[in-house]
Amino acid sequence: MKKVNEDRIYVDNNSTTPMDPRVKESMDPYFGEDFGNPNSLHKRGRTANDSVKKARGKVADLLKSKEDEIIFTGSATESNNHVLKGTAFSRKKKGKHIITDKTEHKCILSACRWLEEQGFEVTYLDVDEEGYVSPEDLKEELRDDTVLVSIMMANNEIGTIQPIKELAEVTHGNSDAYFHTDAAQCPGKMKVDVEELGIDMLTLNAHKMYGPKGIGALYKRQDVDIDPLLHGGGQEGGERSGTENVPYIVGFGKASEIAKRNWKKQGKKLTDMHNKFIQKIQNRIEEVKLNGPKKPRLPGNVNLSFIGVEGEALVLRLDERGIETATGSACSSEELKASHVLEAIGRGPETAHSSLRVSFGKFNTEEDIERMVDVLEEEVADLRSITALDKKGKIGD
Amino acid sequence: MEHFKNPSNMGEMKDPDVTSKVGNPACGDVMRIYLKVGKRDGEKYIKDIKFKTFGCASAIATSSVTTEMAMGKTLEEAESIEEKEISEELGGLPKIKMHCSSLSANGLHEAIYQYKKKEGLDISEDLKKKHKIAQKTLERTKEMRRKHGLDEE
Repeated sequence: MKKVNEDRIYVDNNSTTPMDPRVKESMDPYFGEDFGNPNSLHKRGRTANDSVKKARGKVADLLKSKEDEIIFTGSATESNNHVLKGTAFSRKKKGKHIITDKTEHKCILSACRWLEEQGFEVTYLDVDEEGYVSPEDLKEELRDDTVLVSIMMANNEIGTIQPIKELAEVTHGNSDAYFHTDAAQCPGKMKVDVEELGIDMLTLNAHKMYGPKGIGALYKRQDVDIDPLLHGGGQEGGERSGTENVPYIVGFGKASEIAKRNWKKQGKKLTDMHNKFIQKIQNRIEEVKLNGPKKPRLPGNVNLSFIGVEGEALVLRLDERGIETATGSACSSEELKASHVLEAIGRGPETAHSSLRVSFGKFNTEEDIERMVDVLEEEVADLRSITALDKKGKIGD
Repeated sequence: MEHFKNPSNMGEMKDPDVTSKVGNPACGDVMRIYLKVGKRDGEKYIKDIKFKTFGCASAIATSSVTTEMAMGKTLEEAESIEEKEISEELGGLPKIKMHCSSLSANGLHEAIYQYKKKEGLDISEDLKKKHKIAQKTLERTKEMRRKHGLDEE
């Protein structure tokens, strides 16, 4: 397969992935001749309708769900908002309590904070130093009026894979709450089987699995009834109105088909890559802290703190050298706060501001690792010669 | 960008007359300034200046520019270098990064304050005020660390 970019190394796949050329190809006709609205009665409309149906089948196949349990949305953010707000408002007579955890994606946390302003109550569970939510903690917080528990399947920053099956069991065994998981990072790298996990709802999107941006999905078990977020023409079985984004839905279907076929092989390849990279870095660079679980972690995810080296500076230096990464340090965010995830696992501000996230994808190669380690060694050494922090990453005297 | 890739006056200084430390690691920025002061035509001036910074690209670039601007200036002249001039010298900073130029200005002012204090020189009210602000930020950081029990990390 053609490498997406010959000169630059893209290792920010937890942020987004390059589109698989086969996905792009599958989408092309729907920007042209097959432009129909799936709700139209004529032939062109029926063609579009068939394509959406087929794509829905492919996404359902990936998750081992039924076809009509898949709702297409505009993004994972929308799916998550739909779950939180839809559940909160439709079940408010039963209760107003929601449980989530401190390391969730911002879209979950922000929606929860908004719900708190609307009079709902949210419990944010702590995580341990590797980022795990404890089933015992969850059990303790469940109440008669808890209507929803939302815990992500794998963390996008530090790669912690939560014990979803166990957390769902605890939820269902001790309350009437629905259990939802944001699984945006997982398909194509690990098994995502909604039956086996025993969950009620699951969030997914296409652009983290080599599909297009701007299209998400929500798995909602047949007997789960929540309010829609968008009201209108009654598309998606009335669950999400708005004319279907046909080309993107088709692309999502194709990406799902490929992900389902390759997840075992990809999961292993990405795990080998992140293990190799972590080991090489630890052998060659001193004072490096691994953030997140030792193993197993989300395949391909690496999060390291290079003590004394500010993350954003390192990301830009690497960018200059043709390597594209991410950081949990956010000097440009309004509040200048480092990542809430690193804070939740107990990292101090200096360590959190020194973090670098590398996330491998299926287009990365072994040679990428070698070049990255060489460049990192040089840039870390150079930024350490500038740093005002001491060897332990402290401000000192 | 050049100031970020190849910063000027970067690194530690041997036997500086004075060292300052400003910033707040909670926000991801800490800066040290090293000064050597000389005398020229009866006036004290900055004979040599170096910096070390833990911070983002803008923090490093503003540190570099600030030291270039201060080099060779009299203490009074250097004291009056403000964050606005620093960001202008860099060709402007986005609003969100203005705190980086203020960090560098603080670092410079704090170093001059420390020098004047050490030498028993007159310190203007303005400089005293700047010193107080710098101290407060550092103390707030220490307090925060204690509160979160982070000193063990």
